[in-house]
Amino acid sequence: IIGRKANWISSNLLLKRGLCLGALPHGGAMEHLITQLQSHVHNVLAGGGPQAVKRNSSRNKLLPRQRIDRILDPGSSFLELSQLAGHELYEEPLPSGGVVTGIGPVHGRLCMFVANDPTVKGGTYYPITVKKHLRAQEIAAQCNLPCVYLVDSGGAFLPKQADVFPDRENFGRIFYNQAIMSAQGIPQIALVLGSCTAGGAYIPAMADESVMVKGNGTIFLAGPPLVKAATGEEVSAEDLGGAAVHCKTSGVSDYFAQDELHALALGRDIVKNLHMAGRDVSANGLQNMNYEYKEPLYDVNELRSIAPVDLKQQFDIREVISRIVDGSEFDEFKKLYGTTLVTGFARIFGQPVGIIGNNGILFNESALKGAHFIELCTQRNIPLVFLQNITGFMVGSKSEANGIAKSGAKMVMAVSCAKVPKITIIVGGSFGAGNYAMCGRAYSPNFMFLWPNARISVMGGAQAAGVLAQVEKGSKKKQGIQWNKEEEEKFKRKVVEAYEREGSPYYSTARLWDDGIIDPADTRKIIGLCVSASLNRPIENTKYGVFRM
Amino acid sequence: RAFSEQSNKTERINKILIANRGEIACRIARTAKRLGIKTVAVYSDADRDSLHVASSDEAIRIGPPPPRLSYLNSSSIIDAALRSGAQAIHPGYGFLSESADFAQLCHDKGIAFIGPPASAIRDMGDKSASKRIMGAAGVPLVPGYHGDEQDIDKMKLEADQIGYPVLIKPTHGGGGKGMRIVHTPDEFVESFLAAQREAAASFGVNTILLEKYITQPRHIEVQIFGDKHGNVLHLNERDCSVQRRHQKIIEEAPAPNISAEFRAHLGQAAVSAAKAVNYYNAGTVEFIVDTVSGQFYFMEMNTRLQVEHPVTEMIVGQDLVEWQIHVANGDPLPLSQSQIPILGHAFEARIYAENVPKGFLPATGVLHHYHIPDSSGVRVDTGVREGDTVSMHYDPMIAKLVVRGENRAAALVKLKDSLSNFQVAGLPTNVNFLLKLANHWAFENGNVETHFIDNYKEDLFADAQNSEFAKEAYEAARRSASLVVACLIEKEHFISAQKNPGGSNLLPIWYASPPFRVHHQAKRTIELEWDNEYDSGSSKILKLTITYQPDGRYLIETEENGGPVLEVKTTYVKDHHFRVEADGVINDINLAEYSKDQMRHIHIWQGSFHHYFREKIGLKLSEDDESQHKPQSESSAIPQGAVVAPMAGLVVKVLVKNETRVEVGQPVLVLEAMKMEHVVKAPTSGFVHGLQVTVGEQVSDGSVLFNVKEYSSSQEFCNRDLILDGRLTVKQWCELLPRLMNNTCKLIAL
Repeated sequence: IIGRKANWISSNLLLKRGLCLGALPHGGAMEHLITQLQSHVHNVLAGGGPQAVKRNSSRNKLLPRQRIDRILDPGSSFLELSQLAGHELYEEPLPSGGVVTGIGPVHGRLCMFVANDPTVKGGTYYPITVKKHLRAQEIAAQCNLPCVYLVDSGGAFLPKQADVFPDRENFGRIFYNQAIMSAQGIPQIALVLGSCTAGGAYIPAMADESVMVKGNGTIFLAGPPLVKAATGEEVSAEDLGGAAVHCKTSGVSDYFAQDELHALALGRDIVKNLHMAGRDVSANGLQNMNYEYKEPLYDVNELRSIAPVDLKQQFDIREVISRIVDGSEFDEFKKLYGTTLVTGFARIFGQPVGIIGNNGILFNESALKGAHFIELCTQRNIPLVFLQNITGFMVGSKSEANGIAKSGAKMVMAVSCAKVPKITIIVGGSFGAGNYAMCGRAYSPNFMFLWPNARISVMGGAQAAGVLAQVEKGSKKKQGIQWNKEEEEKFKRKVVEAYEREGSPYYSTARLWDDGIIDPADTRKIIGLCVSASLNRPIENTKYGVFRM
Repeated sequence: RAFSEQSNKTERINKILIANRGEIACRIARTAKRLGIKTVAVYSDADRDSLHVASSDEAIRIGPPPPRLSYLNSSSIIDAALRSGAQAIHPGYGFLSESADFAQLCHDKGIAFIGPPASAIRDMGDKSASKRIMGAAGVPLVPGYHGDEQDIDKMKLEADQIGYPVLIKPTHGGGGKGMRIVHTPDEFVESFLAAQREAAASFGVNTILLEKYITQPRHIEVQIFGDKHGNVLHLNERDCSVQRRHQKIIEEAPAPNISAEFRAHLGQAAVSAAKAVNYYNAGTVEFIVDTVSGQFYFMEMNTRLQVEHPVTEMIVGQDLVEWQIHVANGDPLPLSQSQIPILGHAFEARIYAENVPKGFLPATGVLHHYHIPDSSGVRVDTGVREGDTVSMHYDPMIAKLVVRGENRAAALVKLKDSLSNFQVAGLPTNVNFLLKLANHWAFENGNVETHFIDNYKEDLFADAQNSEFAKEAYEAARRSASLVVACLIEKEHFISAQKNPGGSNLLPIWYASPPFRVHHQAKRTIELEWDNEYDSGSSKILKLTITYQPDGRYLIETEENGGPVLEVKTTYVKDHHFRVEADGVINDINLAEYSKDQMRHIHIWQGSFHHYFREKIGLKLSEDDESQHKPQSESSAIPQGAVVAPMAGLVVKVLVKNETRVEVGQPVLVLEAMKMEHVVKAPTSGFVHGLQVTVGEQVSDGSVLFNVKEYSSSQEFCNRDLILDGRLTVKQWCELLPRLMNNTCKLIAL
């Protein structure tokens, strides 16, 4: 690209940066949010409590993250997902939803890990555990990642069986996914490091290859107590479904491991032997990869002080972009048109990306610009990164008359149909149809993360309270009841509080509406890892539906 | 001059066969090369790929590894010289260098022997004869008796005359064999008779000589050189007093703490000794100096170029091999006595592959890492390269480290520095021991004498029970281990950054340093094994927990709670070289690692510290065959040790009888089924019981064929035949022995 001047993000940014740093208008509050976040994560990293951890190690078992560390290539990175799943979701704490999931390389191959945490409720599957397991499988299927299941689970959590067992996206779906992925040639590997009871028994049984640990690993449809109840037979767990039975007699498992470390080493060997001979590594359509890259000109840690905690305060999304893209080089597309949406090309760790970020409410022009830019990227196989900070589409008569719904639909159509990898980061608010147009969860981004200051809801709490109060007032009026100011305020306050609670990133991440809350300073790294994982499979051609013109 | 005409007539040497190996062969080749002389190496089968072969222009095989069949095989060597067209043979030291017969043989075949005349070798080879000649030439001798009359009364009389303590020594042989020190007259007779017996047994000749035993001797030797024109001069002396097992380990020149006058006397005596046997070429006259009386006596003359000749070369600035070749060519000596300078002071330390704590036992192994110091005034004569094997066939000396300084103190500083930079990994060496020696105050003062190591052994050898030192050593090792893991991880990162593991084209950020984790820092643990020389207990495991810090540093904790936490920053420079910052101190570190026996062996050198750690590679699995793990239900149904038919079939062969002993895996019988033969083997070692089936019998699937029982009573395994036939392995013996002990009478019967 001879002669093209590197288009550094506008020089006035330097000025803004100074302002940013000097006054730190948002920094303090954000620091507080990050500290809070880290302390929540710190708690879940400890697993199911000191006693359970001690009991676990007395059986020569490692914790799930330690197990994963031993399979990963030494010194390699691990992109853990949804650490705070199950956060304040049930009466009892369920750290990380009882299962650790994430992506990391083994012998140079990216794999998806799903590791039960036996210290959390015996590794049983709560509804959120199932959801997290399924989400990991979804990503694996989407990114063509071999799945490594580190099984140590008592099966479904029986008291909640109604929410675990019967539905389409429930327990059974795990095995369905295993079958379908195996059929697609995505390897399914199970390491049985602990119990694997009832439905759980199908995880190794459905796997392409499985390993069992002598002593600790057991697989059976019914454990010794149930067998005794059903048939009167008295048998020990090891004799009923231990490694020797399954590696030697039943053939349910393929590799006999002397101990847990041996099992983990065997797991590494299995991945090594996947070979994937003939796999077209250049098929991802990204010939234009450049492993030489420059760090951003500005300190990524400053990302922590950019976003205001008060969502009413606007900030320039270019401040974020300049701190996540290589060399802070951003070639902006349609800079002067539809200025509330910022679009442009950049690279992250050498990988080309198209970035779409919000700089205010979406107007007609912004939506059209967004749809246009998405089309460009899908044509060119460029992954899309959405930086959401959106209160919604412009409302009002002028807007409606201009066909804002039509324009918004165009952008939503483009976002929905785009087959390039999509990565969404919510760096501020995510409200209403803005969430849709900016590739919210419903639009199946490959990955989606929140900043700790994020807020997600159909509309702002205050607006919702206003609307609901009006409706309520109307209905009361019909019944002839007069609402006094105080009651109305109380009503509104309740609505605002509910919105406040349910719009919180913790509420979202606990329910797996996203893949995790991240430290803004990690944004660049995480997008880089996500894009890399997403490009593990060739990009399909995009075909759009009917655009309403 | 007269001889120039003569040397024009005779052909000058332009090709030399080097009848030796190791460092001396390389060293000779180096000088020859510089003089434009072609070199021919000889090698045994063990040395085909060794450095001395590689450093010569051509090389000829002379036989199998044992020296007797190769390097001591005169006829093969002469053949090799004739085949290659070499006009001369340089014998080096050791092997054939002091064989008068070989020198004579060379002469007879018309090959120049680069060394003294055969007659001089012969004269000096016999200890008694040489002393007689020396005495006649006026060279001072240790008071003693060297007569033929070996009658015990006569000997006793002589001993009384010499004065006690007296040394009794066989006239033939060496290496201290048969030698005895007698401190009082009444011990004499017994010791004399014992020495006689031993001499007869060892050397076939039982003649004995008597000498005054010198209690605080120094070993000082003088390098002499003569030409074929009768000129002899000396090149000053060397002190070789520091010895272990009668072998020199540190030599120096000139000898410390002697006067110029004494030096001149010594030199004069050495020249006289050489002249007495019409000596030419290089030789060394060894004297024993009584540090109490200040007297010196002739001991022996070594008619060869010696191992320690480089210390002399360093202080006189000459190449003695070059002189040897000149002399062999018939040239006169290039310098006169007055032109021989003393340029400062030089040390030589001999680096051996040996196990110092185990009594300097020679060690063998592969030099996985070999880095020798390189600076001005430092010379390393070596015969090995990295990757070479030090075998058991030959001398375990790896190299000679030679340093020169303006004076003794300056040379000693250099010696210590060079020793701490002498890095060998793969086999045990005496480098640390030499360092301790060089650092010893008595050595620094030049108080050297032949009992030096014995006198200061408490300082020089690690006390395996010293808990205070053990603790100190442990602390140092712990710190070292922290640096080791930091360097290993840094290097691992460097390597994966160069090339992704698995050769994939994965984006390098997956291997970024520090490895990424969401909201926490990656940790890992590494376990290193370490032996504490101050604690003879088994090796200690150091468990290190490494936390990757966001700034690329490593936070390293050792297992003990509350133990020091070290924050380390490392930079991988290249090869083995790292730059490490810990506690604000920045150091150079050299790290060598290699894998052997399921272990990763790691050596670290930092300043004058050297530590050695081991890390297990992979997993050590129990030796049980995994197929032997059975669910209990299965094993309970069938008695233990029972062998069942793997399938229905016909017995076609029965290979053993009941009550016979079988080894694990030994075929017991053969079944035929589905047109195939299936061999039924013993599942364990033991005795066959209950073998009921016979040839031609049909057996059903799962029926018990026979049992194999372990020894159930002591009678069974005290069976004399069983043990004597030698089929028991060592392991089995170990298992058996305790049980055998219960039956002592049977054991005695064996």
